[in-house]
Amino acid sequence: MVQAALEEQIVYSRPESFTAVQTHYCPGCTHGTAHRLVAEVIDEMEIREKTVGVASVGCSVFAYNYFNMDFVQAPHGRAPAMATGVKRVLPDRFVFTYQGDGDLASIGMGEIVAAAARGENITVIFINNANYGMTGGQMAPTTLPGQQTSSSPNGRDVEVMGFPIRTAELLSTLDGASYVVRRSLHDPKNIRMAKKAIRMAFETQKQGLGFSMVELLSVCPTNWGMTPYQANQWVQSAMVPYYPLNDFKVHPALANFRV
Amino acid sequence: MTKEMLKGNVAIAEAAVRAGLNAYFGYPITPQTELLEYLSARMPELGRAFVQAESELGAVNMVYGAACTGARVLSSSSSPGISLMMEGISYIYGTEIPVVLVDVMRGGPGLGNIAPAQADYNQIVHGGGHGDMHPIVLAPANVQEAIDITYNAFDLAEKYRTIVVILADGSLGQIMEPAELPEMKPLLMRQPDWATYGAEGRPKRFLSSINIDPAKHEIFNIRMEQRWQKIIANEIRFKEYYLDDAKYAVVAFGTSGRIALSAVRSARAKGIPVGLFRPVSLAPFPEQALYELSKRLEGLLVVEMNNGQMLEDVIKITRHQTPIDFYARTGGIVPMPEEIEAAILRMVEEPVNTTEHPRDRWLARLSQELIGGS
Repeated sequence: MVQAALEEQIVYSRPESFTAVQTHYCPGCTHGTAHRLVAEVIDEMEIREKTVGVASVGCSVFAYNYFNMDFVQAPHGRAPAMATGVKRVLPDRFVFTYQGDGDLASIGMGEIVAAAARGENITVIFINNANYGMTGGQMAPTTLPGQQTSSSPNGRDVEVMGFPIRTAELLSTLDGASYVVRRSLHDPKNIRMAKKAIRMAFETQKQGLGFSMVELLSVCPTNWGMTPYQANQWVQSAMVPYYPLNDFKVHPALANFRV
Repeated sequence: MTKEMLKGNVAIAEAAVRAGLNAYFGYPITPQTELLEYLSARMPELGRAFVQAESELGAVNMVYGAACTGARVLSSSSSPGISLMMEGISYIYGTEIPVVLVDVMRGGPGLGNIAPAQADYNQIVHGGGHGDMHPIVLAPANVQEAIDITYNAFDLAEKYRTIVVILADGSLGQIMEPAELPEMKPLLMRQPDWATYGAEGRPKRFLSSINIDPAKHEIFNIRMEQRWQKIIANEIRFKEYYLDDAKYAVVAFGTSGRIALSAVRSARAKGIPVGLFRPVSLAPFPEQALYELSKRLEGLLVVEMNNGQMLEDVIKITRHQTPIDFYARTGGIVPMPEEIEAAILRMVEEPVNTTEHPRDRWLARLSQELIGGS
């Protein structure tokens, strides 16, 4: 009896928008997950050759090594301004920034608020991991009350160090912002929802509706002093209650779009 | 083309438009604001990009992003705003991106005032941000020269993939005088082989000033220094007035050079053999030409609208061989031609030696005149 040749079907592969290199990210870090989601969305929308990414300063400073598309790299906090420059001279290209919480919500708060207020037609991927990762785990604007970091060793005392910033809620108050949501990367269900949100954000840009941002709750096991499993548990138990996962602003024109 | 009455700030703006400016990003600051205001109407009228940024930090980084696509991009500001742009200027230089910036200098330090000054000399000519770097710095002295410099600045920036700073001051920004504008160049969307505009049908590119490996960064810095040597060889510019038979010369740039020219003419009318050496490129500085000139002179008078920032360079260039005198007004005060003429006469009548620092005599005299006492 002649055995029929087994038919192979590829069900999962590296996105074309992702380069085949090893990243510098720590084991268990969710930057890799976030990168992959962005790359998958760009592949699905077939816009890789029309996209310019803007890397920031922080752990994702080398993002341009991992994305297979044109990239520029901004000074600390200035990615939304740099993205504005690219987009204004190339309005038919897709422009996105990829920024951490120190970059976007501390040193770059002026640039992100102004870009959102202008309704700049760019997409922002915002990684909130409640600390400064690259410099070794210092307190960030997103560090939770009581959270110990290398610069708040006794825990964040809100009387002295102030309160965390809920960036998505803040930006959603601006008329120029058309799609502002928060998602999390701590389990498969939430990762799938994060991907849908990233797709919606790029669709917002495609439709010329203005500013879009997806805030992603992420883990930093190394600086948090946790195993990856513990870190994901902590996102769910500590971060999600403070940073609710929600759609804070969705332009009416997006209402009927389904991913 | 005919001459028309043009304000300095507006003339620079229109010259940039006619040079094929794709995008302008800026922030209001006196005495530069008319440049931004003019372009806020002119650029959209031509279908070109204009953004009033949230700050000079925003503006310089919009310039950075837009210039990374290969576009011709301009920003302008005045001294305190230029201080804010320093971060971006260093990054742009470190990424080898051609950009043109205009600094319409005003009185400092700090918030200072909105009157003309030349006290950004050190900040720009010897600076332009952290790290080893050399922007090309050009200092016009009248509206026509500002137009000509601006019109050619983009070619210059692109030739060397570097930053060109047009160093003007509040006087030149605000003055109106007859000048001729050049022809409108066709607007191009350049796609140079280093630019990032979407990797369609080619490998991806990235533009960054990061060089995490110090060995690679050292090589980068040496390569940029080699480029600077080419710029020194090719791009030095200066103007000479009445120097053929001169025994004395005034050295001054920009507006103080322009005022000094009036003083030189008056002194000439009184029989003093004095001329004017006016550097137009402050970086690269016309060192060799000034050195050769100084060797045959009996005295140099450096005139500036700061406390003697270029003076230090002139002392270094002339190697303490020629007596140097110094006259300056600072903090937003513009010297009158009579003051400079008096300084020329003093240089001739009370020769200085080469051992005393030229600033000492000036400081003692100006202290006495303005503050009194010892």
